Amino acid sequence: MIKAILIFNNHGKPRLSKFYEHYNEDTEQQIIRETFHLVSKRDENVCNFLEGGMLIGGSDYKLIYRHYATLYFVFCVDSSESELGILDLIQVFVETLDKCFENVCELDLIFHVDKVHNILAEMVMGGMVLETNMNEIITQVDAQNKMEKSEVMCFVTFINQCPCLDICSMQGHCFAFHTASASR
Amino acid sequence: MALKIVKGSIDRMFDKNLQDLVRGIRNHKEDEAKYISTCIDEIKQELKQDNIAVKANAVCKLTYLQMLGYDVSWAAFNIVEVMSSSKFTYKRIGYLAASQCFHESTDVIMLTTNQIRKDLSSPNQYDTGVALTGLSCFVTPDLARDLANDIMTLMSHTKPYIRKKAVLIMYKVFLKYPESLRPAFPRLKEKLEDPDPGVQSAAVNVICELARRNPKNYLSLAPLFFKLMTSSTNNWVLIKIIKLFGALTPLEPRLGKKLIEPLTNLIHSTSAMSLLYECVNTVIAVLISLSSGMPNHSASIQLCVQKLRILIEDSDQNLKYLGLLAMSKILKTHPKSVQSHKDLILQCLDDKDESIRLRALDLLYGMVSKKNLMEIVKKLMLHVDKAEGTTYRDELLTKIIDICSQSNYQYITNFEWYISILVELTRLEGTRHGHLIASQMLDVAIRVRAIRVFAVAQMATLLDNAHLLTGNMQRMGICEVLYAAAWICGEFSEHLENPMQTLEAMLRPKVATLPGHIQAVYVQNAAKLFATVLKNQEGNTDSTAAQETSQLMIDRLPLFVQSANLEVQERASCILQLVKYIQKLQQKDVEVAEEVCALFAGELNPVAPKAQKKVPVPEGLDLDAWINEPPSESESEDEQPKAIFAKEEPKHSRPRHTEVDEKELARRREARKQEQANNPFYIKASPSSQKAYQEAPGVEHIPVVQIDLSVPLKVPGLPMSDQYVKLEEERRQKERADKKKKEKKKRKEKRSGRGRKHDSGPESEEDITPAHMVDIVTEEMPENALPSDDDDKDPNDPHKALDIDLDKPLADSEKLPVRAHRAAEAPKSPAEDGEAENAASQEPKKKSSKEKREKKKDKDRDRKKSKEEKKKKKHKHEEKGEDLLGGQADEPVVQSEETNEVAALPTSTSAEVSDLDFWLSNAPVPSNTQEAATVAEAAPVPEAASGTAPDSEPEEPKDTEMEETKSSKHKKKKQKKEKEEKEKKKKKKHHHHHHHSDGGGEESVQNGTVEEEEPLPPMSNYCLLAENSYIKMMMEDADEVYDIQGNLQDGSQVVVSVIFENKCDSFLKSMEFNVLDSLNSKLQRPEGSGPHDGLTVPFQLPPGVSNEARFVFTVQSIVMPQKLKGTLTFIVKNEDSSTHEKLDFKLHFTCTSYLITTPCYSDAFAKLLESGDLKCSSVRLEGVIMPFHHLLARICFHHHFSVVERIDSCASMYSRSIQGHHVCLLVKTSGQTVSIDAKCDEPTLLGNVLDEIKQTFSQC
Repeated sequence: MIKAILIFNNHGKPRLSKFYEHYNEDTEQQIIRETFHLVSKRDENVCNFLEGGMLIGGSDYKLIYRHYATLYFVFCVDSSESELGILDLIQVFVETLDKCFENVCELDLIFHVDKVHNILAEMVMGGMVLETNMNEIITQVDAQNKMEKSEVMCFVTFINQCPCLDICSMQGHCFAFHTASASR
Repeated sequence: MALKIVKGSIDRMFDKNLQDLVRGIRNHKEDEAKYISTCIDEIKQELKQDNIAVKANAVCKLTYLQMLGYDVSWAAFNIVEVMSSSKFTYKRIGYLAASQCFHESTDVIMLTTNQIRKDLSSPNQYDTGVALTGLSCFVTPDLARDLANDIMTLMSHTKPYIRKKAVLIMYKVFLKYPESLRPAFPRLKEKLEDPDPGVQSAAVNVICELARRNPKNYLSLAPLFFKLMTSSTNNWVLIKIIKLFGALTPLEPRLGKKLIEPLTNLIHSTSAMSLLYECVNTVIAVLISLSSGMPNHSASIQLCVQKLRILIEDSDQNLKYLGLLAMSKILKTHPKSVQSHKDLILQCLDDKDESIRLRALDLLYGMVSKKNLMEIVKKLMLHVDKAEGTTYRDELLTKIIDICSQSNYQYITNFEWYISILVELTRLEGTRHGHLIASQMLDVAIRVRAIRVFAVAQMATLLDNAHLLTGNMQRMGICEVLYAAAWICGEFSEHLENPMQTLEAMLRPKVATLPGHIQAVYVQNAAKLFATVLKNQEGNTDSTAAQETSQLMIDRLPLFVQSANLEVQERASCILQLVKYIQKLQQKDVEVAEEVCALFAGELNPVAPKAQKKVPVPEGLDLDAWINEPPSESESEDEQPKAIFAKEEPKHSRPRHTEVDEKELARRREARKQEQANNPFYIKASPSSQKAYQEAPGVEHIPVVQIDLSVPLKVPGLPMSDQYVKLEEERRQKERADKKKKEKKKRKEKRSGRGRKHDSGPESEEDITPAHMVDIVTEEMPENALPSDDDDKDPNDPHKALDIDLDKPLADSEKLPVRAHRAAEAPKSPAEDGEAENAASQEPKKKSSKEKREKKKDKDRDRKKSKEEKKKKKHKHEEKGEDLLGGQADEPVVQSEETNEVAALPTSTSAEVSDLDFWLSNAPVPSNTQEAATVAEAAPVPEAASGTAPDSEPEEPKDTEMEETKSSKHKKKKQKKEKEEKEKKKKKKHHHHHHHSDGGGEESVQNGTVEEEEPLPPMSNYCLLAENSYIKMMMEDADEVYDIQGNLQDGSQVVVSVIFENKCDSFLKSMEFNVLDSLNSKLQRPEGSGPHDGLTVPFQLPPGVSNEARFVFTVQSIVMPQKLKGTLTFIVKNEDSSTHEKLDFKLHFTCTSYLITTPCYSDAFAKLLESGDLKCSSVRLEGVIMPFHHLLARICFHHHFSVVERIDSCASMYSRSIQGHHVCLLVKTSGQTVSIDAKCDEPTLLGNVLDEIKQTFSQC
């Protein structure tokens, strides 16, 4: 089982946190801080596993992480997961993000955390690995985005002409428009 | 006003969306909190809007804020609103928010049930998908119960996307609602063979997760997983399965044997490191589970170690880490094979990666030997010096101590060295483990008598240099060692070289800065030292020295008397007064030393840490019993004084208690003395330890110390352990040289005798003699200590509830709750839990308490079983029996071990269990699925196939199914069989169980559970029905009853299982089974067929194959046995021709076959007998020469009885007919005569049953 998935940057700012077990907000922040503390002080070329901190898990749990440019991707897993398998999964996750955002960078994650959540939901569900095939994940994510888009289209067609085709920002515009039209 | 509203909504047009929020937060770095709080206010406004889009936007922003650590639970209701939007866009936002911040105590969750159900059944797969994803994060017991059925339906959804998610979420449902596991499991199992690899992988995932926690329940799936393992190419699935096997092998060593080969192949063939690693891991698990003795055992270990070495040598740190991790698993069982890689592991200690160093440290723990301990620890000490001020250093410190102290200091040859190591460790800055070092010092000094002189000297130095340890506040952790030092110096002060100096060191004013508990020890031990000093000084005639010492005490102690610490103060003032008194005596020239010493006389023995817990409760002492009756509740408040008064009364009984105890104690003391006297390891200083203490240097009495060090070990200041290493080396060399010399001599003497005797190559472990012949005093344990170590399992573990037997067929009552009938669903074992009738009150709390109760019951039962061998109760699970007798039917959790195994209804599940055994006992993988496709579980087929040529059977242990299929050859094989029986004595239960499961029907468990006296001869209920050159039919009537009421009008049903065995070389097909119905008994035919039509047997038989079919008969009256004539027609197909053939047979329905084994409790049984409406009859059997328990087992097995109670050679038995007649037996044996008194409400039936019993025994 995966207990938590955390993404934070080199300064420990959370970019995504997904806990598959309930903690209150304070504990969550504490876990993120502690994990950051553990992970950030490690050199680049050391192994990607470390025995979990006091807060999360216990002896059965491990932190498995990868560091990409400015971001840390940390999975907290128990002994039923294969360590190397999870490393691969992180790789798949990042590659998927890269495909979905086209050259993903930290900013994408900052502004579209909901999208990242949606992608993650196609890979891991309730702490268990759902899908590891990148193409399958992308297909499903795209299909849902398309659906979302078609719902948006019903309301505003002119946005098609809008040069930015980013779904999320479009969604935002759409909210505003929709609100305005509804309240009139 | 209206204008205002319009204006408001125009404002809203410019509402922030998520991106704006993020941007805003980034732009307000200085006053982020303030900015966010205004944002939250805005969000609150937005949530008040009716517009769902606005709400969704607000919820989206809240989700982001939640990630930043803001509590958004106040918006839970709004989240639910957004979840229930019909638009996917909003729904997704809502579910995401819910998954991030809902949890079990969120109260609005209960509002979501219907919405989620709606979404689950939505035609849009993504609506369903989003709902499932969300639900997986916040499922509660209520949701799980209400939605289990819906989710189960989704497991067979047409879209693999949904199936996959539904399968995965089932795990969460099981966790929250354990009752759903059994009903849902068959479908889950189906999904293992789903065409979609994603679904398959999800199912594997879930089952692995379940099995990891309760592996024994999933053993029966091993063949299926084995098949998957050999066929799957998906590495994810493979890894999971292999991990699962790793969890299963400890339970079933035979599985391990089977696994080794494919796993080894995988190890050789795979290129994926992850898979390779898991394979190695599981092979290790297999090797651990197999007790050594397997021939190619070492090859597998070698392979593993070799592969791991490659991993460790890899430049990839991850592989290195994992390699070390796996290595440590091998280490536990095969330390030798790891030790050869010591170089590599020591190398890893130098790795820059801390995780790797820690792993390497773990490995070192198991690698030390007497030979290399010093060397390894030396190396570690170097690391300690390097790793200044890190947690890693603390880790190193604990590891050093662990390594040295493991298994009772087994590897330490030189304790002086160890003490100096400990002293060296005290010089570490800022370690947290001062207390650990201290306890080691104490332990060694107390338990290793020979070392005390040295230890005391070292401790005195430590005390002298105490200022080094207490220099700054940071070192407070380490000052714990002063505690040990002070105590050791005080307790063993007779060994002190210069007690006066130490005494002064202990009374320095600086001591007052130490923590209270250490000061207390200082004060107490200063007194001990004082006593010693006095004694020494009184020997000299100069009395002034002694008086000066007293004066010193009197001067210094007041410092401690003023201490804020109570303990210190108390001790100090007490001792101060004492010393003052002593001084007074001294001034009168009275010799006091003797008396003062007597204050501290006596030896302290080490007591094992668990000793207290292990003191057995004396017989007749009930710890739970009230000493004083608790005041009854009716007593009002004002009566209380009276109650207090009344408490005085029971005091009378107390002295009596202690008296008993004292007697007991005295007895035990005696026993202990005896034991100690006989124990060679327990060294007493002298016959009377007290005297020895006073006689001072009692060291000579210890027959040990022979310090043969060439250099005197007077190291000034603090000792250096390194010197010991050198010395040790020298010593060993010298020893070796000595040995060689001796050997040479010997060789010279024996040159003619033996050629080469002992190669003095590298010295072996045993060659190293310890520097000190050290006696390690074992820790004391109470007599009759209970050996059991209670394993503490976390009672809160949710997986505990999932420990459910899955092989048992489902009972009717086990259904997932369906929406419509929630109030009346699933009544659980009505007789047992009367209160459960109100199904609406299915709160989880109640459930758990119920389970607990049941578990307790189980435990009780086990205890009873073990304790009273004579009294036996039978707890057999029954599928569809009447619950007349208060037995626990339909309760999945109630199973004790035995019943667990014997869930033997003639359904596919029972076949499966025996399949597992078959599968495990047979080396080759069955390759028969094609032919036997008609039957779900066809594993026994090839077995039976070999039955056609019984003489050419392979020698390997056969499975018992075989026996059944060839009961005609039974006798021939009996001898062989019995041999096997002996071999498998351990697995006896298992073994018998074959008979049952195969014998179909609810055979009695008796022969499995009756006794452990001796193995029972194998029994089978199959009898030859008919046989010709083509086919053999064997019949067994498995009485499976459907009508619980036993209603005559409805007619009861009897199931007959027939094994068809093809004995010829041709293919048999189109088999038709027909029976001439009598008035009383009719074969049940499918609807629409005439009364004389035959039933098609649902399979074909290739040559040599056998298979089993079941036929259901309706029976009107069961009081008489009857015979039915029947025919089997079939086509024999050769390559060129095919012929019609026919076989006649007679089906014999005995009255016995109408009986069902029904458990009955003695109280219910007694009531039944008392009721008086039973008719009596009896029968007498002569010349029965089998043991009584065999006799009972036979009755149980062949006649479907169960033992109610057995007392010596007398037993009461019970059974019930399918129409509800009670049959009670009282079986008595004396010599070779067995008399059976029977009672039944149907005399004809009884008569016939007795006749049949008689016949059974006349046959043997």
